[in-house]
Amino acid sequence: MAIFIDENTRVMVQGITGNQGTFHTKQMLAYGTNIVAGVSPGKGGRMVEKIPVYDTVESAFLEHKPDAAILFVPAPFARDGVLETLSAGIKVIVVVTEGIPVHDAMDMIAMARLSGAIVVGPNTFGVISSGKCKLGIMPHQYYVQGPVGVVARSGTLSYEIVANLKEAGYGTSTAVGLGGDRVVGLSFTDVIRELEADSETELIVMVGEIGGTAEEEAAHYIKNNVKKPVIAYLAGKSAPPGKRMGHAGAIIERGQGTFQAKVQALESAGVRVAELPFEVSYLAKEFLD
Amino acid sequence: MKLYEYMGKDLLAGFGITIPQGKVVCHPQEAASAFKEIGPAVIKTQVLTGKRGKAGGIAFVNNPREAQNEAGRLLGMTIGGFKVERLLVESKLQIDRELYLAIVLDGTLRYPVVLTSTRGGMDIEEVPPEFIVKYPVRPSLGLQPFMAREICRRLDLKADLAKEFSTVLLKLYRLFKERDAELVEINPLVLSKGRFIAADAKVTIDDDALFRQKDLVKVEERTDLEKKAHELGLAFVELDGDIAVMANGAGMAMATLDMIHYYGGRPANFLDAGGGAGVEQTAQALELLLATKPRVIMINIFGGITRCDDVANAFAKVKREKNINVPVVFRLVGTNEEAGRKILDDIGVSAYGTMRETAQKAVELAG
Repeated sequence: MAIFIDENTRVMVQGITGNQGTFHTKQMLAYGTNIVAGVSPGKGGRMVEKIPVYDTVESAFLEHKPDAAILFVPAPFARDGVLETLSAGIKVIVVVTEGIPVHDAMDMIAMARLSGAIVVGPNTFGVISSGKCKLGIMPHQYYVQGPVGVVARSGTLSYEIVANLKEAGYGTSTAVGLGGDRVVGLSFTDVIRELEADSETELIVMVGEIGGTAEEEAAHYIKNNVKKPVIAYLAGKSAPPGKRMGHAGAIIERGQGTFQAKVQALESAGVRVAELPFEVSYLAKEFLD
Repeated sequence: MKLYEYMGKDLLAGFGITIPQGKVVCHPQEAASAFKEIGPAVIKTQVLTGKRGKAGGIAFVNNPREAQNEAGRLLGMTIGGFKVERLLVESKLQIDRELYLAIVLDGTLRYPVVLTSTRGGMDIEEVPPEFIVKYPVRPSLGLQPFMAREICRRLDLKADLAKEFSTVLLKLYRLFKERDAELVEINPLVLSKGRFIAADAKVTIDDDALFRQKDLVKVEERTDLEKKAHELGLAFVELDGDIAVMANGAGMAMATLDMIHYYGGRPANFLDAGGGAGVEQTAQALELLLATKPRVIMINIFGGITRCDDVANAFAKVKREKNINVPVVFRLVGTNEEAGRKILDDIGVSAYGTMRETAQKAVELAG
């Protein structure tokens, strides 16, 4: 098992003819992802890495019946792209694009809810079910099959931790990037609920950061609902309040979302909090050996 | 992007919400002539920080001379680190009641939320929660008249007052949506002779939406270096240490700062070179770091969408063109790592494999 995507997932790439779209299509294919179609308005009829390109999602859908999509669409057009994908009936949508207006993000997420679909991101590195399907931009050499489920706000930081885990001999079941924006489709709680139910996952690692209250909420959920062990690492311990640290969400405002509050909430829910990224794999050893 | 009060009020007026008669001035004499137009007035400093009142940044004046004197005093002030350059001279209102009304974006709910209270005029954090109405608005529906009626019921506003309030609320929601706001706040929303008037305005516009809000005047609250970084498309925050940091990814950059702290060092900045930064952008980021004159530069790259060879090429380019006279501690892993390391090898630079070694070395070199 795995969550959200697996070896049977048929993938469509939107914005496949762009720089990033083409590069990561190649990467995803190299990992073994079953990409069935690409979409790029005005570029229909071409091939990218032997994948047929269509002008619209509907035409790609009729031909290939994809069940998951990944978007490399420029920010001003991302909302339209997601709505187009939802209209076709696709239920798993990964939005890699950075810098999408927050009102557009709210709209697409609200529409996804109505359609019973999930939006991963925006501004996410995607989802990867190790050895089965990669729907994202992560450097995949670090993702080998194993018992650790990972959910993270930040991309690079989670690669770091996954690489450390692999080095220590632990692979990953599914890793999910929530996205660095203020408004994203999935919460820690949404993903942890799935990982708790996933038979392949024995240990959950969450990679959070300062700002917002998503980690605190997850702590509350874990306390009451999660039996599997959970390890957390949180970035931003040394960040000064009022300064936005890159991610739209990573800012301590009005005393909310501080590092201390998050650590306290997580620890009181029985979560082990690592002080430095590489300590996550040390803690994993305690649970998995 | 935060807007000055007078800009926020212009937006409100544009959506049909009543604002007091007023004038923006930059010189004491202008305040005096504004008074002659307006009459008894309040003069408010235009700065991007709250708590102006407590800092003495607001004055009530009753004649032109007073207006001129007070304006002279206010224009010399610094409030919360912001130098006062502009004042808003506004007609003094008859205040019958003061309400609070805001629409904010709730990242956790992923909804806009209407926040309102009949106890306006003070800091909303000081209002007991039982006096605040919090009403989430589904983005798929938007704010509808029936929702406004329900909000009025919860506020215990009746008859004409409820009608008038609903009108203001619906207009404010339109502004929030159409102008890509993250926050619109009116505190106080003054009831004056049966009408609601926005006596203050706090508006923050989503930076990512500025491309379609081109008519808004740009408001700058960054330091010069932060400004330059922004133009380059980098997320950059100045800090007070001596180890300049470049990392890719905001989480990674934060964790790098944390680790430098952990080993006893002091980072000079937060710099997220971004996902997928190419050679040119990375080179400019490096030049920016050099300009801060740090003791050490630490580069921490875990390539995903960013390619290690691009970063290495950028570094080689800057090294060729500029005189780099501080030690640079490099860590380079991930996408195209082999190619990147080879480029660095060719110019005699070696890269570490782990973040820990890199941070420890940077702290050691910074002394």
